[in-house]
Amino acid sequence: MEHSLKIKIKNLVFYYGNFKALHDISLDIYTNQVTAFIGPSGCGKSTLLRCLNRMNDLIPISRVEGRILLDNKNINDPNVDVVTLRRNVGMVFQKPNPFPKSIFENVAYGLRVNGIKDKAYIANQVEKSLIQAAIWDEVKDRINDSALGLSGGQQQRLCIARALAIEPEVVLMDEPASALDPIATQKIEELIHQLKKSYTIIIVTHNMQQAARVSDITAFFYLGKLIEKDDTETLFTKPKLQQTEDYITGRFG
Amino acid sequence: MRKNSQTGEGRQRKERIIRFFFFSVALTSITILTLIVVFLFWEGLPIFCKVSVYDFLFGRYWYPTDDPPDFGIFPLIVASLTVTAMSAVISIPLGVMTALYLTESASARLREWVKPIVELLAALPSVVIGFFGMVIVAPFLQEIFNIPTGLNLFNASLMLAFMSVPTICSISEDAIYSVPLELKEASLALGATQWETIARVILPASLSGISTAIILGMSRAIGETMVVLMIAGGAAQLPSSIFDPVRPMPASIAAEMAEAPFRSDHYYALFATGVVLFAFTLLFNLVSEHISNKYRQVGAATL
Repeated sequence: MEHSLKIKIKNLVFYYGNFKALHDISLDIYTNQVTAFIGPSGCGKSTLLRCLNRMNDLIPISRVEGRILLDNKNINDPNVDVVTLRRNVGMVFQKPNPFPKSIFENVAYGLRVNGIKDKAYIANQVEKSLIQAAIWDEVKDRINDSALGLSGGQQQRLCIARALAIEPEVVLMDEPASALDPIATQKIEELIHQLKKSYTIIIVTHNMQQAARVSDITAFFYLGKLIEKDDTETLFTKPKLQQTEDYITGRFG
Repeated sequence: MRKNSQTGEGRQRKERIIRFFFFSVALTSITILTLIVVFLFWEGLPIFCKVSVYDFLFGRYWYPTDDPPDFGIFPLIVASLTVTAMSAVISIPLGVMTALYLTESASARLREWVKPIVELLAALPSVVIGFFGMVIVAPFLQEIFNIPTGLNLFNASLMLAFMSVPTICSISEDAIYSVPLELKEASLALGATQWETIARVILPASLSGISTAIILGMSRAIGETMVVLMIAGGAAQLPSSIFDPVRPMPASIAAEMAEAPFRSDHYYALFATGVVLFAFTLLFNLVSEHISNKYRQVGAATL
């Protein structure tokens, strides 16, 4: 599979008010690969993830320095439309957050807000996304029931389907399985494996086994700094730095 | 051991006493409320020996002291409903949009300032609002629109709207604010604009709270007495324009009760008017209950 540069993060610094949450991060992310961000709580991995679709814009006291290039365009440029950016960079959150609408409407939502009116296209796209997210067989007979009636794992796969429906190029996943049981987690992981064929995936996880299982590249963060980044296999078997080794072997963190 | 079990028994008895106490308190309130309703019907129903229900509700003339008297409260019902409806037309957009602005656009600092002020408006005694409408708004309306009196349907609706805005705004704001941030983020992350997020996610998710807010605001408007007594104009006629003076039900009851001889037909008719008013507020509450159950949407996902 061919891997081309999708996102280039250059000297990124991020502040919450006066608190420097990210220190000079530089990182390249490639297409059709799963990049995992690992590290202890508060190390800035989620903050970095949320910089990539400018979700941090919602925090009034935040400030970004440095550059994030998506296909060579700086996403923080004043003339970049954040709505278009988020269309291209989808996100799956830590806690499943389906809308209190029907299963169908949840998946159709992104299409509708992006101005698509063609009913046949929407129906087709909803089915396609649900199949892609490996939940179609479980919901096809109750597509008009409330999404809130689904189990946690099903809700999370529905949220993935919802993100996929608008065909983003990049999918950000913020600890997508942390609220799920092992069986649901396994399903999500299989799903991630499937999805990397068509998407660029970045996943934040607390769970190192998960990072080892699903990712191609792993980046280890500590206290807002990128400590080490390598092929997942190399990072987990032959880390260059003592700090990384201590973390992945569970000696701290 | 023995001592312990005794303490256990003692504690259980205490629990029973406390439970009985709360039960009695609850029972007292309910009994009193029931008695008031019974009294209302008891004093109101005798009028229907003189006037048929249909003539009472749909009679066009309210001349209770004429000989023979006319007990038709249709103009009063129409007055109450139009005043309430018009005040709702003004207060719902004002209240809900203020609430949306405060939760979705205003900075946290501004919100901290504005919210208590809006809530303070609810504390204004209705007689003050009535006085304001009478002394300031009425002459102003009279002059601007060149009408015979500024004490009319429009003025009353406007003042009632001011009275309901704080209720509507404050309760809607709580409802909107309690929509989980996760839902808002989910919508924005799918490429929705802030407005689309408000219209398609936040408003539907808070609809039950907003409906409750609206109905509570309207209940306040339909039952409000002092304001309509002071500024609705007091004419028991069917209004032909929004600048006609009207006589809503509470105003009529308040104005006439002192003059109606005890247990006269007029007295019974006023109580029957109270029954009708009660029926309307009850209906409002039932509708609000129904809406809030129908559109109740559980916020974020539950695992």
